[in-house]
Amino acid sequence: MGNQIIMFISQIFNGLKIGSVYSLVALGYTMVYGIIRLINFAHGDFIMVGSYVLMLTIPAIVAFGLPAWVAVIPAILMCVAVGVIVERAAYKPVREKGNSMTALITAIAMSLLLENGSQAIFGADYQTVPTIIQIPTLSIGKLKIDGATIITIVLGVIIMVALQLFVTYTKQGKAMRAVSEDKEASILMGINVNSTITLTFAIGSGLAAVASLMYCVSYPQVSPMMGAMLGLKAFVAAVLGGIGSIPGAMVGGLVIGVVESLTKAYIGTITGGIITSAFSDAIVFGILIIVLLVKPSGLMGEPETEKV
Amino acid sequence: MLEVKNLSVSYGAIEAVKDISFTVNDGEIVSLIGANGAGKTTTLHTITGLVPAKSGSVMYNGVDLLKTHSNKIVTLGMAHIPEGRHVFTRMGVEENLEMGAFSLKDQSDIKKDLDMVYGLFPRLKERRNQKAGTLSGGEQQMLAMGRALMSHPKTILMDEPSMGLSPKLVKEIFSIIRKLHEQGITVLLVEQNAKMALSIADRAYVLETGRITMEGDAKELLNNEQVRKAYLGA
Repeated sequence: MGNQIIMFISQIFNGLKIGSVYSLVALGYTMVYGIIRLINFAHGDFIMVGSYVLMLTIPAIVAFGLPAWVAVIPAILMCVAVGVIVERAAYKPVREKGNSMTALITAIAMSLLLENGSQAIFGADYQTVPTIIQIPTLSIGKLKIDGATIITIVLGVIIMVALQLFVTYTKQGKAMRAVSEDKEASILMGINVNSTITLTFAIGSGLAAVASLMYCVSYPQVSPMMGAMLGLKAFVAAVLGGIGSIPGAMVGGLVIGVVESLTKAYIGTITGGIITSAFSDAIVFGILIIVLLVKPSGLMGEPETEKV
Repeated sequence: MLEVKNLSVSYGAIEAVKDISFTVNDGEIVSLIGANGAGKTTTLHTITGLVPAKSGSVMYNGVDLLKTHSNKIVTLGMAHIPEGRHVFTRMGVEENLEMGAFSLKDQSDIKKDLDMVYGLFPRLKERRNQKAGTLSGGEQQMLAMGRALMSHPKTILMDEPSMGLSPKLVKEIFSIIRKLHEQGITVLLVEQNAKMALSIADRAYVLETGRITMEGDAKELLNNEQVRKAYLGA
């Protein structure tokens, strides 16, 4: 294999790694949107919450003799708690009284609250997360893929498959799909709509906690604003895949990750240095604009049809 | 027995249902007929808690439905087939039927219940793996009825089952309603198709702009001059 090809393949793997993180976060956006038609702008900040929990709990967990990744458990618990509280204390009352615009503004408010709240507690500076996991690098000939990349991709795939099975086959998963399609009919079936919405928030927030673990394995830094850009890209991934579609969020996340990685690696060379890798974010958001123009319902989304 | 007493329902300043009272005895088919906007659908929605009542009471076998969580009403043996079917279009036909059994604690009989529904509606069996959104209007009505039956109802509220269907399908749907009636299921039927509704019902109530203006034996109402003029176009 030539060096060029090896470099290309490792860039693809890098893309799949960060793409897996985007996918897990995008799932939270898409599931919540599917069930209450709300873009939960605070969702990206759940990653930040999870990351701070990792930073704070890893030393204790390691001192206890447990592997550092066990810290994902308190991270999940914390994110689920934050997600459910945000839904019950802020979104639900607003949903019952206001309209979709008030709900959207409430979501932005929750995002600001989380970001500024953690800034008040932890300060604005970046802090380092202790090493979570050390896995040997996998070598195939000249191709080297680091262990974190493999673990991240594998974990991402496992979780996505598990989620898809849950939503397809379990009673609660079916209830989630029913509520996302028709609340009135769901009530008549005996489904408790509010607890189903809460469950959706809990799952989405839990996935964000796992995403924070996957992210911190490769980028062991936390700051109050870290969730903003991650969340925004995951949101683009959800829209690219078709917001409301679970497989769409998975595919969208991986596509955004690979595009971003390849752009960073090659855009400078291709354009002769006119456009540098600093533009990679602009290209990701450019994709969003193109998708919205060409196929507004996204790659795998179904167009909204008026019910009669 | 379903007993509605002095029920009033408002949407903001608009009073859609004004102080109506009626009863549905076990084993009866009772029909609410009336023009568009008379308050028929609102009445059904209030009974199953989808719309809050302003005043009055709704008692079902001794349980106050106005104080019961709307998602618990199906567990009391009351199913509601809403206007416009409201099937889950992105779910499969069989999945829709399974959702009908959601409220049952014992899920072991589902297979048997599915066979019962497929026996009643063979066309649903042919399309069991299809998405409900791909069904025709008549098939969706059958699916909505089958889904309701999956909850083992003693009483079924049906809202405009004939809406948008061909005369042949309307006959088919009504023959199923008759069959359910023969099995002892109580039916509260809301219909704009007054002729069909009165021909199948035991008793009926006529709703006009939120008030009950006439009530009585369905066959008598069918021959009533006023009803014939207003609702039967004769």
